[in-house]
Amino acid sequence: MDIFGDYTLRLVALGSAVLGATSGALGSFAYLRRQSLLGDAVSHAALPGIVLAFMLTGSKVPLVLMLGAGMAGWIGTLAVQVVVRRSRVPYDSALGIVLAVFFGFGLVLLTHIQKFPNAAQAGLESFLFGQAASLLRRDVVTMAVLGAAALLALVLLWKEFKLLSFDPDFAASLGLPVRRLDGLLTLLLVVAIIIGLQTVGVVLMSAMIVAPGAAARQWTRRLAPMVAVAAAIGIFSGVTGSVLSSYIPRLPTGPTIVLVLSVIVVVSLLMAPQRGLLWRSLRLGVLRTAPDLDPVLMHLYALSHQHPDDPDHGHSVAVIRTMSPPEAKVDAALEQLADRGLARRTADAGWAPTPIGRREAQRILDREAGEES
Amino acid sequence: MNESQVWALEVEDLTVAYADKPVLWDIDLQVPKGVKMAIIGPNGAGKSTLVKAAMGLVKPVAGEVRVFGKSRESAEGQIAYVPQRSTLSWDFPTDVIDVVTMGTYGRVGWFRRCGAAEKKEAEAALDQVGMSEFARRPIAALSGGQQQRVLLARALVQAAPIYILDEPFQGVDAPTERAIIEVLDGLADDGKTIIVVHHDLQTVPEYFDAVLLLNVRAIDSGPVGDVFTEENLRLTFGGRVGVLAASGAGGV
Repeated sequence: MDIFGDYTLRLVALGSAVLGATSGALGSFAYLRRQSLLGDAVSHAALPGIVLAFMLTGSKVPLVLMLGAGMAGWIGTLAVQVVVRRSRVPYDSALGIVLAVFFGFGLVLLTHIQKFPNAAQAGLESFLFGQAASLLRRDVVTMAVLGAAALLALVLLWKEFKLLSFDPDFAASLGLPVRRLDGLLTLLLVVAIIIGLQTVGVVLMSAMIVAPGAAARQWTRRLAPMVAVAAAIGIFSGVTGSVLSSYIPRLPTGPTIVLVLSVIVVVSLLMAPQRGLLWRSLRLGVLRTAPDLDPVLMHLYALSHQHPDDPDHGHSVAVIRTMSPPEAKVDAALEQLADRGLARRTADAGWAPTPIGRREAQRILDREAGEES
Repeated sequence: MNESQVWALEVEDLTVAYADKPVLWDIDLQVPKGVKMAIIGPNGAGKSTLVKAAMGLVKPVAGEVRVFGKSRESAEGQIAYVPQRSTLSWDFPTDVIDVVTMGTYGRVGWFRRCGAAEKKEAEAALDQVGMSEFARRPIAALSGGQQQRVLLARALVQAAPIYILDEPFQGVDAPTERAIIEVLDGLADDGKTIIVVHHDLQTVPEYFDAVLLLNVRAIDSGPVGDVFTEENLRLTFGGRVGVLAASGAGGV
């Protein structure tokens, strides 16, 4: 590797790290708010903005193109909201419509400018799948400044964004300006997306938004660690993808970054403690052996109806056992019902429902009746 | 009650519609200070919508909500809200103490972190609902009853004069129901006003002293003894009154 190659690699790796950190951190919020598709719509909607910005200014300065991308992406999110509010089209369909219309328009524009003899437009089509090798120093500086600003906003409004994501109604009940906060968080997501467009491209960018958060959620139980881990996963994928694609010929950087990320997601979904698929299948085995309380309580309740005047009348475990299927763990269930205050041992060593247990049983009956009606 | 009384919550001519279909029609309601009021009505009667309109979470087509005689907008921080448990995403990555601390966010202000004082308040509220040992538990690991207690604790740290709870007894275990009732009774003893969207007709006379019967329109409201009658329940619930007479109003 000569010095120039090393410098390019360092630049690309740094740019990919910035992109991974911002999209990982902000994408975590999109993931938690179930707005994963929004990232996809925004990144596709950015394409016409990039081409239009170039057509209007004749410039390929990153800030100009990013501004165009950002405005188009932002208009895309507004278009989604208008469609949802003004029509009966559901949210996910509105996202699909906006994505297709904007992206199609972008492709038309892109094909249109190819016809010009002027070679200045060359390279715009690399925004489709990204071209990390074309990253210049000024690009990386622009990405870093925008990314730092977005992350700073996230840190400053941390508790507001957390509450907005967990319980927007409660946030509104505290008097927080929920709609403005929602708009701002979406704007930050748009910023995270346009940072990555040159490297990863409009088609694959949504993976950078969703995947780090999805993977990080598997390993963490609180929001701050989740966002930090997501950013770290984004950085790791960005750097690893850049290095791999620079050492292996004809391996494109953007898709390689996304592939590295995908491996991390699959491993996380399978292996993570508590939430991973392997762990869960182990735990399901334990659950299957736990006693089922409701049927035993219902039997007790039914038996107590035979003695309406004597709430202390006990019924033997043997009776309840004959009412239950042979595999039911009646004794364990009775003990657990007692722990919860729903059943109690009577003076004659039998069992009876407590008043609370009786009400609980009646409520189960009511609920079942309600479901049938 | 004299004419000049200031109501804790007053709803006037409130109409709310979703997509041209009215869910609340011309509601008038006065909630006196210090009562425990149940909002009762069949599914789709608009109970949750009424509560949300009172909180300013849904925009009415017409009508007004006043809190202690002032417009709802100027009454920020006067109402602590406990939303329906099932509307929240309990898979959110956070723990119990953090959720309870969210009740202080309105007070803490922009750009500031919650400190030791807020944490202490949150711990005290958790203690009140009997969930102290669960402070560091991820909320994804809670049972339904525990979730409900956490939401109640979050409202408690708001220390508001009015508490509005949406279906707090839905699907919770008996001990939780008792714990919630004890907390609500304590709040009432402190002179707080409590409004609860409630499902179980049987427990209305035991738990509450006032009731609003709602079925898109306000059928009747007032003290339980006057309003919670078989006739009114028939008007509210329509044909299913046979079930009602057996389970609820007969005991009044």
